[in-house]
Parts: sequence; structure tokens; C-alpha cells
Amino acid sequence: MNGIATCVAGHFVAGLLFPLHPPTASTIARSVDNLYFALTGITLFFTFLIFGLIFYFMIKYRRRSEDEIPQDVKTSIPLEIVWTLIPTLICGFLFVWASRLYVKNSEPPKGSMEIFVIGKQWMWHLQHPEGAREIDELHVPVGVPVKLTMTSQDVIHDFYIPAFRIKKDVLPGRYSSIWFEATKTGEYTFYCAQYCGAEHSAMMGKVFVMTQSDYSKWLASQSNGNSMAQAGQKLFVSFGCATCHSQSNGGKYPALAGVYGNPIRLRDGRIVVADDAYLRNAIAKPGSQHVAGYASAMPSFQGQINEEQLLDLIAYIKSIGSQESQASIQ
Amino acid sequence: MPEIATNDHPGILEPHFESLEAQHDARKMGMWVFLATEVMFFGGLLTAYTLYRGLYFSGFAQGSHLLEVKWGALNTGVLILSSLTMALAVRSAQVGKSKLVTIGFLGITMLLGAMFLAIKFVLEWHHDYVEHLVPGISFGYAGPHAAHVQLFFCFYFFLTGLHALHLIIGIGILLVLSVMAWRGRFSSQYYSSLEVAGLYWHFVDIIWIFLFPLLYLIGGRS
Amino acid sequence: MSVDVAELSSRSRVHYLNESYGLKSWLLTTDHKRIALLYLFSITFMFLVGAGAAALMRIQLLEPYGAIVQPETYNKLFSIHGIIMVFFFLIPSIPAVLGNFLVPLMIGAKDVAFPKLNLLSWYIYVIGSLFTLYCVIFGGVDTGWTFYTPFSSTYSNTHVLAAALGIFITGFSSILTGLNFIVTIHRMRAPGMTWFRLPLFIWSMYATSIIFVLGTPVLAITLFLLTLERVLHVGIFDPAVGGDPLLFQHLFWFYSHPAVYIMVLPAMGVVSELIAAYSRKRIYGYPFVAFSSLAIAFISFLVWGHHMFVSGQSIYAGLVFSLMSFLVAIPSAIKVFNWTATLYKGSISYDAPMLYALGFIGLFTMGGLTGLFLASLATDVHLNGTYFIVAHFHYIMVGGSVMGFMGGIHFWWPKITGRLYPDKWARLAALIIFAGFNLTFFPQFMLGYLGMPRRYAVYPAQFQVLNVMSTAGATILGIGYLIPLIYLIWSIRYGPVAGPNPWRAKGLEWRTPSPPPKENFEETPIVTEEAYAYASMPAEKSGA
Repeated sequence: MNGIATCVAGHFVAGLLFPLHPPTASTIARSVDNLYFALTGITLFFTFLIFGLIFYFMIKYRRRSEDEIPQDVKTSIPLEIVWTLIPTLICGFLFVWASRLYVKNSEPPKGSMEIFVIGKQWMWHLQHPEGAREIDELHVPVGVPVKLTMTSQDVIHDFYIPAFRIKKDVLPGRYSSIWFEATKTGEYTFYCAQYCGAEHSAMMGKVFVMTQSDYSKWLASQSNGNSMAQAGQKLFVSFGCATCHSQSNGGKYPALAGVYGNPIRLRDGRIVVADDAYLRNAIAKPGSQHVAGYASAMPSFQGQINEEQLLDLIAYIKSIGSQESQASIQ
Repeated sequence: MPEIATNDHPGILEPHFESLEAQHDARKMGMWVFLATEVMFFGGLLTAYTLYRGLYFSGFAQGSHLLEVKWGALNTGVLILSSLTMALAVRSAQVGKSKLVTIGFLGITMLLGAMFLAIKFVLEWHHDYVEHLVPGISFGYAGPHAAHVQLFFCFYFFLTGLHALHLIIGIGILLVLSVMAWRGRFSSQYYSSLEVAGLYWHFVDIIWIFLFPLLYLIGGRS
Repeated sequence: MSVDVAELSSRSRVHYLNESYGLKSWLLTTDHKRIALLYLFSITFMFLVGAGAAALMRIQLLEPYGAIVQPETYNKLFSIHGIIMVFFFLIPSIPAVLGNFLVPLMIGAKDVAFPKLNLLSWYIYVIGSLFTLYCVIFGGVDTGWTFYTPFSSTYSNTHVLAAALGIFITGFSSILTGLNFIVTIHRMRAPGMTWFRLPLFIWSMYATSIIFVLGTPVLAITLFLLTLERVLHVGIFDPAVGGDPLLFQHLFWFYSHPAVYIMVLPAMGVVSELIAAYSRKRIYGYPFVAFSSLAIAFISFLVWGHHMFVSGQSIYAGLVFSLMSFLVAIPSAIKVFNWTATLYKGSISYDAPMLYALGFIGLFTMGGLTGLFLASLATDVHLNGTYFIVAHFHYIMVGGSVMGFMGGIHFWWPKITGRLYPDKWARLAALIIFAGFNLTFFPQFMLGYLGMPRRYAVYPAQFQVLNVMSTAGATILGIGYLIPLIYLIWSIRYGPVAGPNPWRAKGLEWRTPSPPPKENFEETPIVTEEAYAYASMPAEKSGA
């Protein structure tokens, strides 16, 4: 029992010496902390209860003579029911609280700013749509919801920002996304939290949360003239996409203007939404998604286009929903 | 049921069992538990297979069409027949027929098992090798969905290979039992080894009955 | 003096240890008791290898920039530590050692249902461990014990195959042991030993065996697929060729979650025996504890997705697995309450086994409750992949399972060896282990919430103080484990001779001499009373 008392005391002392939680720097951080501390409270309560009872019974009912035979104590069914029901209710309560919080936090707000993340052994590449590209650094404005769309170039990684209480695995061959809204300016660390090989522990970086005006200035200073969509347009031509996917080919191949975000009917009858994942598959694995009404003649670009270029192309395709950009295809 | 004294059939009743009946029951139960583990073993593989088949139906259907249904169907018949002869072998001991009858039925079962393996390895696998359909060793399919056809053939070889391994082990067990039968070890009071082996054999048969339609009959035949 | 008489009769009496001598009589034994000792020897050896890896890891983590090894080496250390401790120590420990020794004795049988299969199980374990030792000696493996793809299937250039094959082979040892126990418990109980008169250790071994038998084959097939993928590069798990890395995770965790219950259910069974014996009371709520074991085994197959809340599975899957994960906690809570209630109005002695059992209850409660943090989706997002997870599972595996194993070894040591160990050293070691354990792992909960990820060879300087505390605790824990190793070996030769029932405990195993004869009982026992029928025990003078 001495060990646990030491540790609890140590915990409080430790809490005075260093923080019990990371900086609270996002809109969800406080609510996650509240749940965490409630769970801590429940844990400590039951720990003390059980340890306390054990300690108490150990002393009160210690064996006083070698020949002592205690009386039988009949099992009380009502007691069994009570101590089955109470944990069940507590678990139910926690499940509902945690699930609602989780579901609420899972959907990024409409109009979130998008930033693209590519993890590779052993660094993070971050792309802003306006063209800024960063390595192991993420500049964001405070008070603006940011959606991160992420993929990996090689093995499974995980993008983790403790100060924002968010984390998601980053997988090769597909996109995963998380979002946050920073509430305090400052510098916060992000880590890779899924073991990925030799330099896994070095795969970290910093988030720089800036005021919105500072962010705009920073963004402007980073731009080298090419937004992701503009870079994507250049790739659209250089990889030969324009050869088939242009107006002049008279409907032999799917037109791409306005395709992003809209439903598409596939040959097997399914209707899917043309989101980022769909577009990625369409370029890398065209065989997996036959669009109804077209012969499957698109070659796969798997291995020829890297993840950054794929994101640029998708950014471009997203941008050609409007009339102005259609003219630039010709 | 009269107890068999151990000096009538020395070495058959193990010392830790109270009676021959208890020993027989325990061994049968042991085989059933073992078969449950085999269900989970094949089940894991079939789950992975089913998932990919759902995701890549066209590729898997194409791969399936590259298999010869006639060999698969013949093999299915062969195995079903072998289950019959196995059951007859067990029954022959159970009703106290001469050991030659038991050995005869075991022999036919083993022959049918060997016939299955011959068809599988010589007529099917070798043919697939010649056609460059063996992933990792010699794969050269050039049609659409090549990657998925390759995945199909991975599972084809894993599943039928694992099944064939179990069949080979089964034939080995039957060989041992034939030797035991020749030495007069089985009688109407003691045939539990045959019964237990029979359970294993029937299980190997049932696995094939699942594999055949799953592998050979995807997407129907025109 | 009665002690001399006992000693004399122990030397002249024939029992399972002296009924035959020589290496062949041990290596070709089919006696479940000798096989249990063969396992004890093997798993202790593997434990020392795994503990050595842990020691190097904790030394490394004294310094933020790494104290002694390069990250590549550290990655191999934590992989080897996990693989050995999970597959070669924790999973076999109580079932293969205490289970093998006690199951036939507790049910009044002469041996397990398939003694030769039992010996084969040990040989399979040894062959599997040789593959793993080959891997350790010739360069290690760096995939973690979880072997996530595509890193393990395509990118790692360490001895993945040797490690995977070692685990694959050893898995069959588990499967056959589970099969053996299920048939033994069903078919070989002594007359009068009905299901509800069985000791709770048997119920927990039965529940564990169900998981052995149904779960392990799925791991086997998963590692088999991984091996084929690595050798043939065919794309089952590699997205570059159309495969799905998440499929690997589902298949892997489908076994590996129930596996953690393989590691804790037997320890719970031991704790039931210890609490009853050292309170001299029937376990409160026996049927509830018995059915809890079965409930845990059943529900354990339905929660594996909680390892994948941030992996990319759907929100709906997350909700289902979260709910099931909360549910699986309930039967464990029921056990904890029933054990505590057993102490009420008992006659409690402070022998070392009891200290281990009581420590188990407290530490398992903490470890189990921290599981709720991880079953909760919203907090798991923050905690997954951090040291919080490491602390959680060590509280259960070390604070729980290993304490249960130590308690069981101490409790049944007189029965197994016919000797008693030094009392005071045993109690001291138990307390040192308890203190060292908490100092090692409690700081890791804090590290986790602060955001330190796991499997890190180097870390930001702000985490150093807690890491140093953890290493200090690990040192104390290591000393704590060394002490019993010494006095238990010492006791085999120099310990006082034990009578058949030094603890005056109930249970058929105490009704036969220590050590037992090869056939376990002179005559098949007939059972006429309930389990733990202490209240009907006449007060008698202690002694042989």
C-alpha cells in the first residue's frame, strides 16, 4: 500500500512541478480534458475504494490464531445486482458522453480552410492551396477551422497534435482527414504517433498559430506564384491528361469541369461522390472505378505521379467547376 | 457396456483414463475441438478472400474463369466419394467385419485422395504454371485488372495449397491406420482412432465443398 | 520431530520428481507435472531475454537524445521485448506452467486427456522460441510486436520472417494446450466433481482455453499471409499493388485482443484460489465469478476495433467497438467486487501469495479503469499511440498477470517441489515489486496525456523527469524479481520440507503428498463438498 500512497502523493507533487496536460490550444481541447479528468476522478474513486476496503479488511480480519475458521457469509444476490448495475450505468454514461463528443468532433465545419499533409519516412510535407509548401512546419491562423487531408508516401504514419487533442493515422494509397480550430497563438509540437521505422522518433515538427493578419502576410511571403491549382494545371498538360479530358474530344472521355463534389454513376450501378479519394483513385487506379457509359481506356498513373502531384492535380480539378477556368483548358 | 480388460488388448487403454469408453469420448471430443480451430484457421483466410472478392469482383471473376471447372467438379466428386468410403471403413470396424474390409475401404479412400492431389497438382497447378498464372513465381497475365487477377490467384494457391496440405496429412494418417488395422488393432469394441480420423477426413472434404464454388464459380459460366 | 519424519519419508517416498532420473526421462516424459516444469524453465529463460531488452530500453530513455543506443537498435529492442513477453512469456506462463501442473490435480484426474500431445506442445514452444532467438542473435526485428503493414511486409529489412515464423509455430503450442484442457475439464473430472464444485482456477483455465482454440488460428493465418506477402510480394496488404493495410490490422487484432484476456484470465483464476485460501473462506459469489470468466472470453472477441479507432475505420464501427469495450469491463468489475467481499469476515494471513493477490486486485483495478479512457472514443483519439497505452497494458500485464503468476508460483511451490521458501524474503520481494512497479509505470500515464508517443528512441527534453522516474522504478522492479529467483532456487535444496497442505487450504491438490506421486492420487478421490468448503473444516493442529 505504501507504493500507491507514494505514487499518488508523487502525482500531486508532480502536478505542481509540471503540467498534467498539454497546452489547451484548440476548441475541443477543453472538452476532451473535462472527459479525461472525469475519467481520472472515477478511476481514483474506485481505486481508493478498493484499496481502502482491502486495507481495512486486511487489518480488521487479520488471522489471530492458526486454528481460526471464519463463518460462511452467504452471497447476497441483491448486492451482486447492485454492483453489476452501477458499473454498467457508469459505463453507459461514459460511452454516451465520449461518443457524442467524438461524433461532434469528427465532422469539420463547412468552409474549413484546407491544408494537405503528406507523411513520408521520416518527415512531414504540408501544402497550402495557395502554394505555400512547408517541411515539418505548419503555419495556421488562429480562430479559423482547418481541415487536414492527409496521405502517406510509404508506410502508415500518424499525425498527432497533442495541444489540439487530435490524431489520425496517415495511410498509403488513401486519404484520411482531421480538423481543428486553434484558439491560442503560439508554437505547438506535432508528432508521428504510428511507428514507421528507423527515424520514427525524429518525425516531429511545429505548428505555428498566428493571428489572421500575420498569417496572411506569411502566406503572401511564401507564394512563388503557383497555387496548388495552378501547379496542377501545369501537370494536367505535362502528363497528357488534357489530350483526352478536353472539350474537343467530343464525349469519348469524361469531361472534368464541375465534376468535383458531384455524384457519379459507375458501371456496376453504384453511385459515388467525386471527392478527393475518388479523384485519387481515378488517376492512380482507374480500373477500380469504371464510370458508366465510357470504355475503360485510361491508363493508370500509379508510380508515375507522386502524392504531392496528385494533390495538385486534384486541386486543379476542383477549381475547374467555374466557367473562367474552363477556357484555360483549351 | 463390458469393460475390456487391458490384458486382452494391451496398450490400447491409456493409464490415465478410467475406461475405454472414457478414452473414446475424450478423443472424439478432442477431434471436434481441433476441427473448431481449423474452422477459424480457414475462416481467417476465407474472410480475407471474401473481402477482396467484394472489392475487386471483376478481377476475381476473370481469374475464376481462367480455372477449369471440369477439374474442380471432378475433384469435388472424388472427395465426396472418398468420404463415403471413409465412413464405410469406420463402419466396417464398428460392425466387426474382417480387417481386410477395413483396409480395403481405407485403401480406396487413400487412392481417391491421391487422385484428387494428382488432378490438382498435375492437371491444374502445373497447367497454371505453364500459363504464367503463379504469383510471385511466374505471373504474366496481361489482361485488364491484372493486379486483381494476381490477387485472386494468390488466394487460389493459398487456399487450395493449405487444403492439399491437410489432405496429404490425412492420407498419412490413413496409412498409419491401415498398418494398425493389418496388425489387428481394431474391433467392434475399439475403433475410436478410425472414427476420429473419419471426422478429420470429412472436415477436409467439407472445406473443399466451400472452396469449389468460391473459387471456380464466380460470376457464373456462360 | 514431525519435520524429520516428513523429510525422511520425502526422501524414501517415490514421487513424480524422483520416480525416474536422467535427461531422457524428462525430455520424453508425458507426466503433466514434469511438462509443467519444462515449461517453467523455458519461459523463465525467455522472460530474462525480454527483461534484458526492457532494461536496455529504460536505460536508453534516461536521456532525451538517447543514452546508449541508436534508434535503429532501440526499435529492435522494443520489438523483441514485445514479441518475447507477449508470445513467449505471458501467453504460456500460467496456463502452461500452473495450468499443466494443477488442472489434473484439481479435478482429481491422473493426467490431462492427451499427455503425448502435451509434450508435443512443449517441443513446439521450444522450436518456436529457437526461431525467435535466432532472430534476436542475428540482427533482430524492428516491426514492433504488432507487425503493421506495409512496413513489415515491404519496408523493413530485418529478420521479420524468423520472428513471424517463430510466433506462428509457438501458436500451435497454445492451440494444443487449450484443446487438451477443454477435453480434460469436460471428460476427466473425478466422481462428484460437478461443474459448480470446480475451483475457480479451472473455470478460468476453461475460458482461457476457449480463446486459445478459437483465436490463435486467426493469428496463425495472419502471420502466414504476412510471410507469403514478404516472400512473394503479391499485394495482399500492400496498397501499391491493390492490397489493404487495414485488413492486416483487423486480422491481427481479432486474435491479439482476445490474447490479452488469455494473459489475464488465468491470473484471475489464481487470485480466486489465493484469496480463498488466505481468507479461509469460500469465494463470495462463486457462480458470478465463474460466469464472468466465460463472459469475458466471449465478449473479448467483439472488441478488437478499439485498437483501430484512429486507423481509418468508420465512425459507426468505432461506436460499436467502443460500446463493446465498455461492456467487457463489467465482468471484470464483478470479479473485483466479489474478491473484495470475500475478505469480509475472513481470517486473513499476510503470506507472500496473499500479498501478490491483493496487489493484483488493486493494480488490475487501476489498469482496467484506465482501459475506460481508451474505450472512450473522444479521449482515445488523444491517447492512442502514446505512453498512456503503454502504462495501461503494463498495469494489467505486469501489475496483473505477472503478480498473479508470482503469487501462484509461491502458493503452489510447496506442492510442486515439496519445499518451503523463506517467508520474510518472499514478503519483502512482493512489496519491492509492488513499489517498483508503480514507480515505473505510473509516470507513464502522465507522459501519455502530455503527448509523448510510444516507441520513441529519443524524445523532447520536457519529458525527461518522468522518464527518469520510470527508469528508477524499473531498477527497483528488477531487483524485486531477482530476489525470488534466488530464494526459490535455493529452497529446492535447502528449504524446509513441506507437508501435503502447509496452507491448510481446500482443493484436491492439497489432499495428496508434496510433491505428488506420478499418478497424482493413491486412489481416485470422490468429491462430496463444494469448492472452498472452509466453513465446514474442523479446527486441527497445523503441520503435516
